[in-house]
This record gives sequence, structure tokens and C-alpha cells, in this order.
Amino acid sequence: MKTLAASKLGKDDLIATYRLIKLGRRLDERLWQLNRIGKVAFHISGQGSEVAQAAMIKAFNTKRDYFLPYYRDMTAAMGWGVTAEQIMAGSLGKAADPSSHGRQMPNHYGSVAHRIVSFGSTVTTQYLLATGVAYAALLDHKDYVTLVTTGEGSTAQGDFHEALNIASIKKLPVVFAIENNGYAISTPNREEFAVKQLAERGKAYNMPAEAVDGHDFTATYQAFAKAVSRAEKGKGPTLIEVMVDRLTGHSSDDNQNVYRSKEEMAALKENDNVPLFEKQLSEEKILTPAEIANIDAEIKEMVNQATQAAEKLPAPAAETLLDHVYA
Amino acid sequence: MTEHTYLEALNLAMHEEFARDPGVVVFGEDVGGDKGGVFGATKGLAAAFGDQRVFNSPLGESGIAGLAIGLGLMGHHAIAEFQFADYILPAVNQIMSEAARMRYRTAGDWTAPIVFRTPYGGGVHGGFYHSQTTDKVFAGQPGLRIVTPSTVYDAKGLLKAAIRSEDPVLFYEHKRLYRSLKADIPDEDYVVPLDKAQVLQQGDDITVMAYGTMLQHALNAAKALQAEDISTEVVDLRTLYPLDQETILAAAKKTGKVLLISEDTKEASIINNVAAIIAEQALFDLDAPVQQLAGPLAPGMSYALEDEFLVSAEQVQAAMRELAQF
Repeated sequence: MKTLAASKLGKDDLIATYRLIKLGRRLDERLWQLNRIGKVAFHISGQGSEVAQAAMIKAFNTKRDYFLPYYRDMTAAMGWGVTAEQIMAGSLGKAADPSSHGRQMPNHYGSVAHRIVSFGSTVTTQYLLATGVAYAALLDHKDYVTLVTTGEGSTAQGDFHEALNIASIKKLPVVFAIENNGYAISTPNREEFAVKQLAERGKAYNMPAEAVDGHDFTATYQAFAKAVSRAEKGKGPTLIEVMVDRLTGHSSDDNQNVYRSKEEMAALKENDNVPLFEKQLSEEKILTPAEIANIDAEIKEMVNQATQAAEKLPAPAAETLLDHVYA
Repeated sequence: MTEHTYLEALNLAMHEEFARDPGVVVFGEDVGGDKGGVFGATKGLAAAFGDQRVFNSPLGESGIAGLAIGLGLMGHHAIAEFQFADYILPAVNQIMSEAARMRYRTAGDWTAPIVFRTPYGGGVHGGFYHSQTTDKVFAGQPGLRIVTPSTVYDAKGLLKAAIRSEDPVLFYEHKRLYRSLKADIPDEDYVVPLDKAQVLQQGDDITVMAYGTMLQHALNAAKALQAEDISTEVVDLRTLYPLDQETILAAAKKTGKVLLISEDTKEASIINNVAAIIAEQALFDLDAPVQQLAGPLAPGMSYALEDEFLVSAEQVQAAMRELAQF
């Protein structure tokens, strides 16, 4: 693992990143609780990819760039500007939900104010939408870069191939990210694809590609920073496969104990990216263990406040059911 | 007024809209360069507006649709051409799951204004996969509009309206009409509404509703049947989804005898939806059961037996006469 210092990010940046990572974890845990007590109908977890997501978005100019996320990107969406209360509003189906105003099920992150494009559930469509968003930058002579993410399972879709092909032909300023957490629901990597790493597929499109360990903040950040720089210089797209973990079931309706062994689950817990990042912070003397504990307490309070505030928000009015079908 | 073919009218519409709005782009298989599409609909556009706005896409229809939707999200009015309506099927997920739902699922925050242009229909010896009318695949998808011009005037005005629309529009062009239909159309700018059927001919005895080549058959038969004192109201359905219920119901009630014609297979077709509207809202104004004349329930249009598959001019005329005599 590279040191956090090697990222060349300042102490304030790294602390802000830690706060984001911890918020991602604590908010996710809260959403599971709300699901289990029946207040949130559904949850898809990003536990196990918080560090990778925080490293990924750190490489972008979130005030300029466009982001097309997928359903595990809660930490990334918050890093792009969405607040914990807004995420909570989405999971509770409130009108203030910036992704769909209570119309889509939870975890379909989006926000027009933050240039985060709406996400549907038929996976990998967003890869092609990203080519259009990126092509518009060329047409309009704009300097934004487009980031699009997906899980590794979705790379089996034809849209994955079509998007990489188009982006490479047109040299589009887009970064394609795959968050490989080892499983598509219960289907393991070995039954999803026959290559060793999905990053190998970059070759097929004459596209630079690499696989990085998502537990390694600096390596992940650097891989994305290089990709953003290529896009900014007009050198075209990059494919990055980030190796992450999925510490929970696929969703609140899945129990991964059915298809993953006790040993595998224990190893996952040992390798949890959040404590690993905390260890780096204290070893590199960026934060003391006491400071880390204080931040955690603050984050827990933030999550409490976001939950309470979102619960008070109104649901969409019944008479809005047929609004926005046509222009 | 200048005489143009249906195909020239489409080409003119795109030239004019490209000049009006610098954000308009068009792409698809073989659309760019000097070729300008396998039927020539986009001929001359690349030379006039450059190959960044007019270009060939790789041969992948989901990609064509997805690229167009992404452009739409950024405010561009993209025209995505599918080379044949048969080839639109790989793009169905992008069109239905993304384009049709984008506005609604974000309560208007994100929109995808796109024109999906595609040639449809039989009569050109296209066999199974160059003859189909796939419009019904998309009917019943709120958020989408499906329109088809059946006159030269509409080819230009309807396409211009579709390009300017903030909704995703599936624009079906009958390939048999591309060069066979010619008419004088105005040289000045005009648009045709995307939600209105049109009465092409007033009549008192029977009402015929159709589109595409079937509409040509109906117009010809109506003329011939005048000699037998049969007066026909002819409706061009034009906006296939959502349907223009007002015009449909008024025309049905006017004569009380309705014949619906489609070259598509009869089941689950656009005309079934028209029949349902009439059955539900105009039953007691009818003097005869609603008649549907449509293609046979075969999975494809036989290359050798195309004439046997397609509803013929003679069949249309006979069905109209029979209905008048009911």
C-alpha cells in the first residue's frame, strides 16, 4: 500500500476525505437500520468501497465535471456534493430527493444541481449515456470531464462494449470506472468473465486501462488523476478497474452467508477499507486515534441530524403522480 | 411552393433545423460523409455542417440510442438514425428505460430530447428484416411520442417539430414513400403538431383511418368509390402514440362506420389501440362493428410472397365497399 503522503494531498484534504469515508460508512449503517425497522423499503450498500470511491472522486473537479454513478456510489455522490440529508430523503421517498423526487427506489443517485446524471436500474445504460455527455463537451468546447461507474457484473452487458468502442473512436474525455467487488449478487467473478482482470479489456479498444487496489487510497487516486489529466489534454478515455469488497449482501433483500463461506467473510472483515484507512491516518500522524474518535462522534451526530431532518420532509403530493410525463 | 419527394422533404427539414439550431446533430450507420445514409436522407448535411455534427456511428444500435440520450441530457437535440426499423430492437432498452423515462423519473430535472428516425414498412422486397413496422413495440410507453408522416408536407413539418420537441420522438418514415410520393410544399418555415391526427378528406358514409402506404390505398379507393356514391372520411392517424383521441372519435362518430388499416400484423398493433378507444367511447354512435384490415399473423414478410402478405389496394377498396353496404 502506498502512503497517504505519497498522494501529495494536504493534511486538510486527507482529513476531509476521511470525514467523507466515515460518513459513507455511518450513513450506510443507518440505512440498514431504517430498513430493518421498516422505514426504508430497500437498501443497496457501498460498505467495502468507501475509500476507493473517495479516492476516485478526489481526482475530479466536482464543480466542473459530470458524474454518472451506479447504485453503490453513495460515498462518491456525497463527495460530489450531495448531502447526507438528501441521500436520506431519497431512501425515505421524499419530494426533496434530488435524484428522483421520491420516484425511484433508493440508491439511484443523481442531482442536476451537482451535475450527477440520473441512473436507472437496467445496468450499464449509463456507460452509453456517458459517451453522449462527453461528446457534448467536444461539441460545445467545454472543458469538463465525465466520470461513469458500474459494478463488474454489468460489464457483461453489450452497452459496456459499445460505450468503450464509441469513446475510443471519438477520443472522448471520459473516465470509465469498474468497481469490482467480486460478486454480481451471488455470482462470483469466475462465472462472470474469463479474463484475469477486466482492465485487460482496455486493449481491445486501444484504450489505456489499469486495475488498482481500492483499499489503497493513494494508488486509486493517482490512477484516476492520470485518467482525468489524459481526458483534459484531449487524449481520450481511460478504463480503471478498482478492486473493492462487498462487506454486506447485494442488497437488503440478500443474505450473502448463503453463498460465501465463513472464512471468506472473516477475511473480508479483516481487510475492511475503513479501519485500514484509519490505521494509515494515525501511522502517518495525520490524525491521532483520539481525533479519529472525535470525528466519528461528529459524523454519528451528523447522521442523526440528517435522519431526523429527512424524516420531517414531506412526501411527494398525490396530485403530482402524472407530472412530467411530457414536456 | 416547390415540388419535392417525401425523402427530399425530410432532408430539407434537417438542413433547415441544422441551420437554425447549432446544437442539432445527426448520426447513425452510414449517415455521414458523402453517402448520407443508405436512402440518402442525410445527404449533403456533412458537407454543409461538418463531420462533428454529422457522422457515422459504429454498427451498434444501443450505442446510437445511448449516445443520443447523453447528448439530449446536455441540451443537444440529437437525431439518431436507425438504418431500418427492424434494427431498432437492440436499442429498445436505451429508448424505453432511459429516453422514455428520464423526464418522469427525475420530475423534470433531466430530459432527453431526441429524434429517433427510422425507415419502416414493406413493399420493397426487403424480406423479414427490412420490412417490419416496429412502431407497436413502443406504443404504450408514456414519455415517448411516435409519429409518422404520410404526406410530403408532413414529412418536412413533422420532422422539424420533432427536432424542436423537448420530448423523445420516434419518427417512422415509410421507405416505400421516400421516392414514390411527390408534392408541392411551401418553401417557408412551418411545423406540424406532434399530437394531432388529420382528416385528409371529408366524407359521410364511412370513415377510414390509416397511415403509410395503407393511407395511399385508402385515398385512392375513396376516389374510386365516389363513382359508386360512397363518400369516405379519410383520417391520417399520423401521431401513433399518444393517439389523438379527439380527432379519432369525431371521425368515428361522424359516419358510424369505421375501417382501420395497418400493414403491420393485426394483433397488438396501433390500430387495435384505435379500435379500443372507439369501442370504449363511441360504441353507441356506431352503425357497424369496427373493421380492422391488417397484415397476416406470420412472423415475417416473405421475400417471395410479399404481395400476398401486404394488404393490397384491391382489398382496401373491397373492405370499404363492404362497410358502406353494411
